[in-house]
Amino acid sequence: MGNWLISAWERFEKAFLVSDRYVAYLNGFKTTLIISLFAVLLGVAVGLILAIIKYTANHVEKNIILTLLNWIANIYIGIIRGTPVYVQLLIIYFIIFAKMNTSPIVAAVLCFGINSSAYVAEIIRAGIEAVDAGQMEAGRSLGLGWGQTMVSIIMPQAIKNILPALGNEFIVLVKETAIVGTIAVRDVTKAAQNVGAITYDLLPPLLITAAMYLVVVIILTKLLSMFERRLAQSDRR
Amino acid sequence: MKKMVSLACVMALAVSMMAGCSSKSEETKAAETTADTVAETTAETAGESAAAGDSGKLIMATEAGFAPYEYTEDGETVVGVDVDIANEIAKAMGKELEIQNMTFDGALLAVQQGVVDFAAAGISVTPDRQEEMDFTIEYATSKQVVVVKKDAGKIGSVDDVKEGTVVGVQMGTTGDFYCTDDLGCEVKQFSKYAEAALELKNDKLDCIVMDSLPAEQLVAANDDLEILDGELFTDKYAIAVKKGNTELLDQINEVLQQLIDEGKIDEYTINHTTK
Repeated sequence: MGNWLISAWERFEKAFLVSDRYVAYLNGFKTTLIISLFAVLLGVAVGLILAIIKYTANHVEKNIILTLLNWIANIYIGIIRGTPVYVQLLIIYFIIFAKMNTSPIVAAVLCFGINSSAYVAEIIRAGIEAVDAGQMEAGRSLGLGWGQTMVSIIMPQAIKNILPALGNEFIVLVKETAIVGTIAVRDVTKAAQNVGAITYDLLPPLLITAAMYLVVVIILTKLLSMFERRLAQSDRR
Repeated sequence: MKKMVSLACVMALAVSMMAGCSSKSEETKAAETTADTVAETTAETAGESAAAGDSGKLIMATEAGFAPYEYTEDGETVVGVDVDIANEIAKAMGKELEIQNMTFDGALLAVQQGVVDFAAAGISVTPDRQEEMDFTIEYATSKQVVVVKKDAGKIGSVDDVKEGTVVGVQMGTTGDFYCTDDLGCEVKQFSKYAEAALELKNDKLDCIVMDSLPAEQLVAANDDLEILDGELFTDKYAIAVKKGNTELLDQINEVLQQLIDEGKIDEYTINHTTK
């Protein structure tokens, strides 16, 4: 038992402490967080626009421009959701950005942001549509305008529907960024692979990396459940 | 009906994208044809299209799982023989070297597409690759050897690697092509040799085919693995640049020739293998 512990410690030491390798993990971890954060922001921004287009085109008014925009949004979402993010990453970096001197991190943020936006759009749209149509009718009959009803009656309820699914999307996004090593981004998974490649002992670096992702996801989950609890205060149950 | 229309539109979009790509490749082909007649003009266009054509950076693509040619000591900074060579090239050109550490097949793709200026990753020159990119003079000879698990007994000599043998290789390397196309082995592709080593130790592979220098480092780090006597085949390494970028090719060749003449490359190899 003692021997086993000592050899386990030695393997960990080699994977984490020797030659200051922990610095690589921490820098990689920072890169992972930066990519995730900006991708989430981009994803929510673009996703929100897409959701608004789809919602207004289907529920508010019909005109030629909105129908056209709705059509484009549907094609965009169809293509982005219908192709693997790994393939999208390779296409964006190696083909689309081939002629531009773009940093791989920027390419990664764009790729994951664009990918996420398609999912976020559907999450937001579904969340708004899930609010009973009677709520809008009630708001309007009380004399509120469409916009006022939307902001003060529909959206507060919609956010409660949206948040859990959106949180899920964030968690998936953070973990999905593990593939960016392919385009030469030094994220935390890449750091683990580099260390594994020099020590020829893959398990410890992979465990260290897994633990780092787990910590982020646990923190994220906690934050989201706190937020949800706060929003549920006004519920009568 | 609506679905049909949107489907048609998606297909139209896909077709137009493909058309865009093919017309681009035709352009490249056209550029290559003119290259034969007007060498100077092509050199100029190639210089422009290169990733860091006019900036102060020289970008190199590699895969840092191939000690002593390229590896990381701290899990982050790429070092190795190829990096030493690249530093000399950057110095001669008065540029700052930037290294992009990706997968091996990714590095080859990056140089073809002009995402990077050149790729130095222990790349063997093969006719197929020569169609897609230009190669410098060869600067290192590599022996491809067979790594097995001690006392596994299935592979006794290099000649036992044949049809049906389960071989671990790095994706897109010459070992990969040789074992798949020439020997007809059952090849399992990995992106890092460390992953293949793990599979070999778990008895999921019969052997790994790889370059002798990294193989020695692999065996040194793993007591239960050994290199079989003799070699499967030999090949030579060169640096790859984007097709038609003769300007950069000439500059790299000049530096390489000088390094070979001065015996510097052997010196780098010794530096990175005896630690």
